[in-house]
Amino acid sequence: MNKVIETFKLTRMFNELTAVDHLDISVEAGEIFGLLGPNGAGKTTTISMLCTILKPTSGTAKVNGFDIVKESRQVRKSIGIVFQDPSIDDRMTGRENLFMHANLYGVPLSEQKSRIDNVLKLVELEDRADDLMRTYSGGMRRRLELARGLIHYPKVLFLDEPTLGLDPQTRDHVWKYIRELKENHDITIVLTTHYMDEADKLCDRIAIMDYGKIIALDTPAKLKETLEGDVVIIKANNLETLSALITEKLGLQNARIINGTVEVTMKNGKSMLPRIVEVATQNNIFVESIALREPNLEDVFLYYTGRTIRADSSRERHGFLAIARRRIK
Amino acid sequence: MTELRGFYTLWLREVKRYFRDKVRIVSSFFQPFLWLVIFGTGFRFSGQIGELNYQEYLFPGIIGQALLFTSMFMGISVIWDKEFGFMKEILVAPISRVTIFLGKMIGDSTDAALQGTIIFLVAALIGIKVDPLTYFAALPVMLLITFGLVSIGLTIASFMRSLESFGVIQSFINLPLFFLSGALFPLTNPGIPEWLQTASKANPLTYGVDALRTIILGEAWQPLQALHVNLAVLGAFDVIMIIIGTWAFTRMK
Ligand SMILES: Nc1ncnc2c1ncn2[C@@H]1O[C@H](COP(=O)(O)OP(=O)(O)OP(=O)(O)O)[C@@H](O)[C@H]1O
Ligand SMILES: [Mg+2]
Repeated sequence: MNKVIETFKLTRMFNELTAVDHLDISVEAGEIFGLLGPNGAGKTTTISMLCTILKPTSGTAKVNGFDIVKESRQVRKSIGIVFQDPSIDDRMTGRENLFMHANLYGVPLSEQKSRIDNVLKLVELEDRADDLMRTYSGGMRRRLELARGLIHYPKVLFLDEPTLGLDPQTRDHVWKYIRELKENHDITIVLTTHYMDEADKLCDRIAIMDYGKIIALDTPAKLKETLEGDVVIIKANNLETLSALITEKLGLQNARIINGTVEVTMKNGKSMLPRIVEVATQNNIFVESIALREPNLEDVFLYYTGRTIRADSSRERHGFLAIARRRIK
Repeated sequence: MTELRGFYTLWLREVKRYFRDKVRIVSSFFQPFLWLVIFGTGFRFSGQIGELNYQEYLFPGIIGQALLFTSMFMGISVIWDKEFGFMKEILVAPISRVTIFLGKMIGDSTDAALQGTIIFLVAALIGIKVDPLTYFAALPVMLLITFGLVSIGLTIASFMRSLESFGVIQSFINLPLFFLSGALFPLTNPGIPEWLQTASKANPLTYGVDALRTIILGEAWQPLQALHVNLAVLGAFDVIMIIIGTWAFTRMK
């Protein structure tokens, strides 16, 4: 398989903060590659560097065989991007925004109209296409931005939080279209998200990113397999003692308290259930309920970082602001 | 070819946005109207400049003023585009920064020249005699004046993040250039201090206003410089400012 993207110790600092830290990843032709991580993990910064709008502090990367620092022009010719933050001209109509894009990216004149009609249909904005975009709702603007990213059939398409703020139905449409795009047009797709289900359903491979580093990289199925087992969820009246007991008496290291339950990952969860209840009862802890489920990517993230993906962190504010800004506009 | 289409796209965008801004168009009728009718009439009965009445003298000056203010103001679109994100869409497109700068600059200059055109209409409306042919002779000169001025506005804006600070810097530049251009009063009369005359000579707008007067007022106007000198100075000013502007856009993030 040939590599469409390859990064070499790609690093970006903002003052003392290392937003992206010696990143070494490669993306293969034709895959949908996901960057999954909490707010402030460095996903957007990584994509901005790959799209040549941000210069790396050190290290570099190749996109389509071109160096992002030395051959930025060629890189830009072969990529498309849907930004996380708004990037439309709201004093122009939706259709005008699409035509501007088609012209800026050199889409052949003879194909412009049909491609634009196609993408408008895709995001269900045919009716509103000739209205000024300032009259669009937030979700409609997002859909138009998505449509715009799809009209010039780039070799690599970067989608930064493509479905942020979209309703579930539109999100389904978009997922379907992204898959079709990959299959019918040979487009390699890199997308960032902090939606677990999106990463799970859409991506061929996922890189879990935290504090600028990749902490795990594999197919969604394999990532979940690394946990080797089941997640047991226990609701009880004394969570702290219970999680300590589970570690102490049963030798399970990763018990943690989440949303008023104790969660613990283990092999052979089923056969362990009676023992957990037994230990609890012996220590006068009342177990209200106990359940078992397969691990999801959230558990994978927790396993590698010791935090949930939505855990509070000072870095989170940046992301919230971005969302808030989008709402205001 | 991609560059040419990129240029055309960016140019068209600026022009379309101009025509959609109805408030701006209405106000651009109103302002010169005030200047020419109230200011112009008032001074007309206070003095005479050569064989000209003051209103006639003022008319090309007000065109110069409109070109100056509009051109400099155009930089705001850069800050606007940065703030609302459209700049990213442009910067990540596979066209050169030179094309981006020229597309925006010539688009904005077109808008500024349209603003100048409106003043011709206002003048005709209030009874100043203007030959349509004069307008077509003045149009290229108007464009020549705006290229350099728009480039200054865009250059400054490319360094700025906020609309407020751009506004402050503008007023620092606009008024001196305006007052020193000879748009409102001659700066060559005997008795005017040497330093004011020198400052006026260093002002590119002086040459623009003088060229406009030569074309619009004809024989009645005693030019400061021959027309071709004025045009050469403006051309040189444009070239320098365009080079600086292109450089500023190349380093813009
Ligand atoms: N222009 C900037 N100046 C200073 N710090 C920045 C800048 N851009 C990003 N950062 C910081 O770099 C870190 C990574 O930000 P980035 O936008 O890449 O995160 P992200 O993974 O995309 O997060 P989100 O899910 O919120 O979009 C954050 O701590 C952020 O505050
Ligand atoms: Mg981001």
